[in-house]
Amino acid sequence: MKKEPILAKEAEASARSLNFSEVVKGYDEKDALSEASRCIQCKNPTCISGCPVGINIKKFIHEITDKDYKAAYFTIREKNDFPSICGRVCPAEYQCRKACVLTKKGSPFASKDAINIHFLERFVGDYGMSNKLEIPIKKDASLSKFKVAIVGSGPAGLCCAGELARRGVKVVIFESLHQSGGVLRYGIPPFRLPRNILDFEINYLKKLGVEVVTNFIAGRMKTLDELSQEYDSVFLGLGAGVPSFLGIKGETLGNVYSANEFLTRVNLMNAYKFPEYHTPVNIGKSVIVIGGGNTAMDAARAALRMQNINGISPNTSIVYRRTEVEMPARRLEIEHAKEEGVKFNFLIQPKEFTGGEKGFVRKLRCLKCELGLPDESGRRRPVVIEGSDFEIDCDIAILGIGLKANQVLTSVTPSLKTDKYSDVIVNPDNMETSVKGVFAGGDIVGGEGTVIEAMGMAKKASKGIIEYLSKIKK
Amino acid sequence: MKILRKESLTNISNTKVTRLDIFAPDIANKNKAGQFVVLMVNEKGERVPLTIVDSNKDKGSITLIFQEIGLTTKLLGGLGVGDSIYSITGPLGHPTEVKNYGKIILVGGGVGIAEIYPVARAMKKAGNYVITILGTRAKDLLILENELKSVSDELHIATDDGSYGRKGFTTDILKELLSNSQSAQVSLTYAVGPIPMMRKVAVVTKEFGVKTMVSLNALMVDATGMCGCCRVTVAGKVKFSCVDGPEFEAHDVDWDELDKRNRVYLDKEAHICKLYKL
Repeated sequence: MKKEPILAKEAEASARSLNFSEVVKGYDEKDALSEASRCIQCKNPTCISGCPVGINIKKFIHEITDKDYKAAYFTIREKNDFPSICGRVCPAEYQCRKACVLTKKGSPFASKDAINIHFLERFVGDYGMSNKLEIPIKKDASLSKFKVAIVGSGPAGLCCAGELARRGVKVVIFESLHQSGGVLRYGIPPFRLPRNILDFEINYLKKLGVEVVTNFIAGRMKTLDELSQEYDSVFLGLGAGVPSFLGIKGETLGNVYSANEFLTRVNLMNAYKFPEYHTPVNIGKSVIVIGGGNTAMDAARAALRMQNINGISPNTSIVYRRTEVEMPARRLEIEHAKEEGVKFNFLIQPKEFTGGEKGFVRKLRCLKCELGLPDESGRRRPVVIEGSDFEIDCDIAILGIGLKANQVLTSVTPSLKTDKYSDVIVNPDNMETSVKGVFAGGDIVGGEGTVIEAMGMAKKASKGIIEYLSKIKK
Repeated sequence: MKILRKESLTNISNTKVTRLDIFAPDIANKNKAGQFVVLMVNEKGERVPLTIVDSNKDKGSITLIFQEIGLTTKLLGGLGVGDSIYSITGPLGHPTEVKNYGKIILVGGGVGIAEIYPVARAMKKAGNYVITILGTRAKDLLILENELKSVSDELHIATDDGSYGRKGFTTDILKELLSNSQSAQVSLTYAVGPIPMMRKVAVVTKEFGVKTMVSLNALMVDATGMCGCCRVTVAGKVKFSCVDGPEFEAHDVDWDELDKRNRVYLDKEAHICKLYKL
């Protein structure tokens, strides 16, 4: 008899949308065993090719069925430093689960029947965390004399730091904000990634001997040249944190936020706990979030929670130019947003924000769209229907329409070659930049991607760095 | 990030302006005129931008001068020597373009006087003939008079109530100086102060066709270009004050918009100050 997929336990929608606690509760042991037993252990597993870091998925799932969770943990950790994080934030339905043999051929994302690999990964990651499992450290005496500076403490920086520190390299992470974690802290809300998970992973690195320096702006406090002189090698995990705007009229009205600003206020600065925390964020009766990616989903769900917390009847809507199928967000986030009461308005193109006398946004003027032929991304292109103008109420607007490369360091470092998107150009074999001994990875290379893709690049860069260091005579 | 020195510059009629020297060697080492820091008073604090007024590489210190207006500046004013602030980072923003322009006029209003001081000093050092105009509501509120005198070739003062210098506004003096044929060759005006003052300066200098730079006080969060809170429209284009500024050509700034954007959280600010009894 075909076994039904096991869904992870979740907090009930009406209760969870009142706070910022974690939504997905994950699997217990019984769930994990049932789900793992659905895996047919393909002779030639396809799922592994869907994982950006190539976790041996087949093997770790088999180890779960053997109840050898410790072995499963070490299998994952061979390839992925942060299973508890990735098990929570990976868009598995576009990666390993899409590649799972149980996904119907030609499906744009994983079928419901595909093994819930991410939930299993999370179960194993959390098991390792609560049982304090530590992977053996292979310190290499010849590497201990080297110091590497890592710029940025997001997924790429943290991953590269861990890889190098475990080999015995002295690592210092430089972070410009007052707390480390990068997008994992300022971007992803605690209801998706609880802060204790993130703190655990960062503390683990500190125990490995990694030094984390916050409030340090590379390019301002020290130039890349200075860092290169002080350190034997430098890794740049600068990220893509510069928000895009629509370029339409009224975008500078009060209460028009970039999703990055809204989320930074809420996540990093704890504006949802105002006035205990001092950073404010405004919230209104009609919140419009523009965009169809994870950032837009996060912003919408955070805004809806803010409405609830402030005693405003929840009214938060996504406005997206295409339809649900084309949305790049994780399917789970779309489902969660719907369950919590976020409304979805598809095939709408924003045209102009209009405001009141005091300069606050009041309305969003839009145009209706229809889907045309596929564009270079393979998704059907939205085509505006002329004369279809209409207005919607909007007293808070949040734009989650994409992020570009951080340029604080690159803009003052002409020797660092960048492409037309201001992304850092690297040698794809070892992730070395145009500056000798300086490597890069994550969103600063190749633009906005996922946490696991950033980690994949960071791992490759760490190998490149070790190879580079081993050639230095010291 | 210890406070090394504290000095109350004015503490009159609800106007408290304080000077703090803070130990921040990495910032002191790199600071140039016109740049700013972002700081948090405590772990629960906001990130607020403040101009670096001075820095001392030997002591590893930077000097900030601020008026107690919102919760953060009030909490900051409540700290003393030996206290530490939770976080500080910088130097941020583009430095002022310092070179020999010839004859320049600097206009400082209120606590903005502190912000023109590093620029005046750098401009004087670069060989400029520096004319400084300072304006406050009353004599007791005037700060850094001696410091600015020492780096200016001419110093003019205006007070709203006439208690010191000329009765009137900085822009009255500015207009006179620019009308004066001898000052006709003024090649740059640089102004920092309340928005209405900077706006008026822009109106006056535009009439005389004098290039005018202003340092804007937009709200910020990360201050490294990642949030866009500090968006300002300059010459019809949206700019980020933090990474594109904080200085812009005064004649191109959309002042109405800046004024409105700076008021976006006024009600919350009032609420939290009341709550903390500050």
